Amino acid sequence: MKGYFSKYLTLRKHNLSVAMIKAKKSKMCYLFLAPYAIVFFLFYILPVLSSIYYSFTYYNILESPRFIGLQNYISLLLEDDIFLIGLKNTLMIAVITGPLGYIASFLFAWLINELPRWIRSVAVVIFYAPTIAGNCFVIFTVFFRGDAYGYVNALLMDWGIIDQPKLWLIDPRYMLPICMLVILWLSLGQGFLSFVAGLQGIDRSQIEAGCMDGIKNRWQELWYITLPGMRPMLMFGAVMSITQAFNVCEVTMALCGYPSTDYAARTVVTHLFDYGYSRFEMGYASAIATILFLMMIICNTLIQKLLRRVGT
Amino acid sequence: MAKTKKEKIEKPYRKKLIRRRKPNRSITGDLALYIFLALVAMVMVFPIVYAVNAALKPLDELFMFPPKIFAQRPTLDNFADLFVTMGKSWVPFSRYVFNTVFITVAGTMGTLLFGSMAAFVLAKYDFPGGAGFFKLVTVAMMFNGMVTAIPNYLIINKLGWIDTYWAIVIPAFASPIGLFLMKQFMEGLPTSLIEAAKIDGAGEWRIFLQIVMPNVKPAWMTVIIFSVQALWNNRASTFIYSEERKTLVYALQQIQSGGIARTGQGAAVLVVVMVVPILTFVLAESQILETMASSGLKD
Repeated sequence: MKGYFSKYLTLRKHNLSVAMIKAKKSKMCYLFLAPYAIVFFLFYILPVLSSIYYSFTYYNILESPRFIGLQNYISLLLEDDIFLIGLKNTLMIAVITGPLGYIASFLFAWLINELPRWIRSVAVVIFYAPTIAGNCFVIFTVFFRGDAYGYVNALLMDWGIIDQPKLWLIDPRYMLPICMLVILWLSLGQGFLSFVAGLQGIDRSQIEAGCMDGIKNRWQELWYITLPGMRPMLMFGAVMSITQAFNVCEVTMALCGYPSTDYAARTVVTHLFDYGYSRFEMGYASAIATILFLMMIICNTLIQKLLRRVGT
Repeated sequence: MAKTKKEKIEKPYRKKLIRRRKPNRSITGDLALYIFLALVAMVMVFPIVYAVNAALKPLDELFMFPPKIFAQRPTLDNFADLFVTMGKSWVPFSRYVFNTVFITVAGTMGTLLFGSMAAFVLAKYDFPGGAGFFKLVTVAMMFNGMVTAIPNYLIINKLGWIDTYWAIVIPAFASPIGLFLMKQFMEGLPTSLIEAAKIDGAGEWRIFLQIVMPNVKPAWMTVIIFSVQALWNNRASTFIYSEERKTLVYALQQIQSGGIARTGQGAAVLVVVMVVPILTFVLAESQILETMASSGLKD
């Protein structure tokens, strides 16, 4: 055992010295990386680290942070009912719109790929436009207005499905489904672009070879040839989908108000906003952020593992 | 004689048409596909078409019952009103434009320079820590601005950048997605190109500026477009509170929240805000797609 340990140590030492020599030789690499790395560390790594640190403290900006251990997490998970509502909503939105949006991104990219070139580039613009159209999604408040002026209400009343206008964005029963609808409308983002581009790069001769080998229709072609060739893009798209699915807040805030009726449209991020910017309980808000980071990283690891099996 | 000639022309043409069809496709399937795609496209584009039409409606049509989707008598009154309202605010309209342009240009230039320098060494050199750093960047792609906003605020406050342009511009330099796309695209660049330049005696800077950068034009066009879109939509409401440093989109959305009386102008704002990102995307679509083709995450 001892011999094993010392062997391990010498190996480690050796590896380290090799790395040091390599590092000395590639000084120029570090010089090129430095400007980006400094800014990246300052505004992407440090916030996450300080977020973890502050999550163990009571901090309200005015007083210096006071260490309180796990108290923030305990109150979050055991005492804060509204956080649990937010957590439930975020998970619901993530579980429903995440996979659906992801599949839709791929499906439409795949279908668009069948179109002739000119129509294809127009179609890409049409499908991608909602994501980049700024806050255009507020137009949905007009469609789902609570009185008879709202299009949805008017239409449903015309058809005789309902006899009085529904308060779509005020009634807790309808809020989440409507938000999900809008989020789905917004879900063809950068992952979608990546899919479109990746599909154009699939080797045509491979498809023809597959045809010789007895692939009969487009579905078989999709599973045996297209999907395995697209794996890297699928992974990239997954990262983008997770980001979107877990960080929902703008849509719910714009559609259902902030705070919403009975907190029915509260998400983890709006809760974080509430504590961070309205109550200035930075320690508590940091604990929320840390939980969100953890959820996203776990989810990402799981999905990447799953995607490695595609097409096998 | 003439008939046979016609056949001769037609036949190879027809043959080509059949051969050009992709394998594994049935005609009914293609037809169903077109119809389905057209329907979905209509649903996707409807809210945007509606928003544009609302901006073109005169005031009486905006409040008409039952409401009409298409403007009956389109006017540009709403845009004119918007311009008048902006002109009356105590900070001149041109100042908002300047703020947005400054933030967008400075942020984009920085992203491009910092991002491509880092991407270059990450893609083309093997050095300790490089791969680990890149992995960190891909994880950071998941953290959107909302979540890191609070610690970011504390850091920017420590640096004394609250209520300055730098609070938006400098963090934009390290945009993970920019570095990611650049690096993935640069990996497709043949290493022999760089080695040849090295043998000819070119320094790292020369290689970077004269060989790598001109060859990754689609990538930096894409980074520019994404960065412009992100910065254009960045209201930065948490970092900037002086009226004279607010961005155009922020100022416009202030007008939008002006209630019923501003309905027409609000609709115009929506259109003004979305026109820039969509237009830039349309102009650079082929280059963006070329870049995204190398966006895959390899394990």
